[in-house]
Amino acid sequence: MNRQKKKSTNGFRWERKHLLGIAELSTEELALLLDQAENFREVMDRPIPKVPALRGKTIVNLFCEPSTRTRTSFELAAKRLSADTLSIATSSSSFIKGESLKDTARNIEAMQIDMLIIRHSTPGAPKFLSECIKASVVNAGDGSHEHPTQALLDVFTIRRKLKKIVGLNVSIVGDIAHSRVAKSNIFALKKLGAEVTVCGPKTMMPSGIESLGVKVTYDLKEALKGADAVNVLRIQAERQNQTFFPGIREYARMFGITKEKLNKYAKKEILLLHPGPINRGVELSQDAADGEFSVILDQVTNGVAVRMAVLFLLSGIK
Amino acid sequence: MKILIKNGKVIDPAQKIFKQMDILVDNGKIEKVEKNISARSVEIIDAEGKLVTPGFIDMHTHLREPGDENKETVESGLRAAIKGGFTTVCAMPNTKPACDNAQQARYLFERAREIGTASVLPIGAMTKDRKGKEMSEMGDLKDAGVLAVSDDGDSVQDALLMRRVLEYASMLDLLAISHCEDKSLSEGGVMNEGKWSTVLGLLPIPGASESIIVDRDIRLSEIAGARIHIAHVSTRESVEIIRRAKKKGIHVTCEATPHHMTLTDESLGSYDTNLKVNPPLRSDDDVAAIKKGLKDGTIDVIATDHAPHLISEKEKEFDYAPFGMIGLETALALAAEALVEGGHLDWPGLIEKLTSNPAGILKISSGTLAPGSVADITVIDPEKEWVYEENKIVSLSRNSPFKMRKMKAMVTDVIAGGKIVLRDGELVEK
Ligand SMILES: [Zn+2]
Ligand SMILES: [Zn+2]
Repeated sequence: MNRQKKKSTNGFRWERKHLLGIAELSTEELALLLDQAENFREVMDRPIPKVPALRGKTIVNLFCEPSTRTRTSFELAAKRLSADTLSIATSSSSFIKGESLKDTARNIEAMQIDMLIIRHSTPGAPKFLSECIKASVVNAGDGSHEHPTQALLDVFTIRRKLKKIVGLNVSIVGDIAHSRVAKSNIFALKKLGAEVTVCGPKTMMPSGIESLGVKVTYDLKEALKGADAVNVLRIQAERQNQTFFPGIREYARMFGITKEKLNKYAKKEILLLHPGPINRGVELSQDAADGEFSVILDQVTNGVAVRMAVLFLLSGIK
Repeated sequence: MKILIKNGKVIDPAQKIFKQMDILVDNGKIEKVEKNISARSVEIIDAEGKLVTPGFIDMHTHLREPGDENKETVESGLRAAIKGGFTTVCAMPNTKPACDNAQQARYLFERAREIGTASVLPIGAMTKDRKGKEMSEMGDLKDAGVLAVSDDGDSVQDALLMRRVLEYASMLDLLAISHCEDKSLSEGGVMNEGKWSTVLGLLPIPGASESIIVDRDIRLSEIAGARIHIAHVSTRESVEIIRRAKKKGIHVTCEATPHHMTLTDESLGSYDTNLKVNPPLRSDDDVAAIKKGLKDGTIDVIATDHAPHLISEKEKEFDYAPFGMIGLETALALAAEALVEGGHLDWPGLIEKLTSNPAGILKISSGTLAPGSVADITVIDPEKEWVYEENKIVSLSRNSPFKMRKMKAMVTDVIAGGKIVLRDGELVEK
């Protein structure tokens, strides 16, 4: 594949070296990423789903927070682009052992790598790294800030199914305040012309969320009514010791999505997304997760294509 | 040594003076302030086109000695102070160990005397080891010469203990300086709560965590009959609470920092850890309220909250970096930009908040150019443009978000205790 491919139909050229968040991307960049992902999605259906695009490049996965799902998806994406990959997946405490994140990254870079994919519990960590190393940095989730590739794969999945994003109504349900997935999705969907509604307990609604151009509701019925897609967020077990809501039972009753509620309040052809892993019976019932609305497994497959597109485009500017 | 400052525009808010005059300094004291003074065998400072004001008083400095001498010492802190035009600094007690006893307060007075330039006024801790559990020995602190007490960096969480502290402090005529923060609301937070904390995913500190305690401490000081000074006011709500209390006749004063009148939470988009301060940088609306409060006199004092930290501590993930920025060397230029250029205060109005107002609150005799006063004098070139360059920082620490910022208004000369300690922008070394 040559550089020509990195131009979109309107001649827009990719210039960005790092992917730190969706907020800073232009609509053209988003469109180009999605188009590129579409190319790779087709590659994935070939008998040998592999291209030589990144042969000779070295990509490191530095996961300072556990996440098998995202790490595996990035690894597979890199392999399908023929890059050499190395994964350092461990909690910050055991790997870093008193060494600063900056030193860790510099040590890794000294191994002459081209790209660093980072998952970290603190917001801004990928930006910080992008300022102290020369390699491209990809944010694979930083605290409650952003998770750009998740949003890209969500949007990509919706676009593949519904053939557009402009004018769609998309609802995001769950813990909006602590969710990087919600944030990145809001930025991506708004930039591409969708209407976004966020829904969850008021205690999990961050201040100033309306200023991002979203509609806020605390009533799940409202969020389901007229929605073309609903993205259901995982309720983090570790937050339950803080009092954001009275208990799992009440959460499931008020904000949990079931087949019954979908049949009752939602459009027939609504798409159901979830970034995984699912707490079955809490935010999503068994029959909803596995039902006809669910595109959760498509998300997993599409995630690889989207991440291939990200790695491929970022590699172009060295 | 006699010093004659010629042709400057003298600003002495304590005497309501704002006109062209000369100042003669003799034997550490201000001898006279008149037009066209001529004198023989004097060192002359030509202040043509400059402002001549009392030496500034910083009510809020962290000198880090003892315990963190790699960040700042009394000596380096005073050099930074002089560079910024300050001839008196109040040293906050959150050192290691905390300044909660007479011996440590005496040590700070002693160090400043040895250095022999600017003055240090140690602030004593309100509670033992600043733990917020038991009152400190404020009687001893008072005898050592301490004028004010504070647990700055922390806020006494227990309202009853705070009431007792205020009562006890007022018995001793000690000023109580309160860092207002309801920890149960702010715990874990690293920036102002609002649109930007949501966008950046950083844990929020709500404005209410400050204003709730501002309100509490003003009410408690009213019961206690104490003099309370609210440190680093940062929100609109706090300004409004203080304005109402003043109207009611309650003895409350307060300060604001140059960074809280210059920067907003939006700037944290850079994740620059030098912008991580406590209280956090707030919204546009809060900044506007701070400026209005300074203009209408609700906010009495401009104080730096100079908080030195090592670059290695600041070069970390945002969540893990310590709170605080240095501020002594940039205070005047930033305040002048926000307030004088911004049209909120004239020069005498600004200088008042750096000199006579803090002097009045602390009940000290400096902060004026009245004949007979100690000769603490600062000369300012209000038109001088300069750039705040990292390699010219005098403080031992470099944690400022203002590096490489273009500044206007510069301190050119400083006389402390009758000695020239800054000349043409350069420190005069012994
Ligand atoms: Zn403080
Ligand atoms: Zn302080």
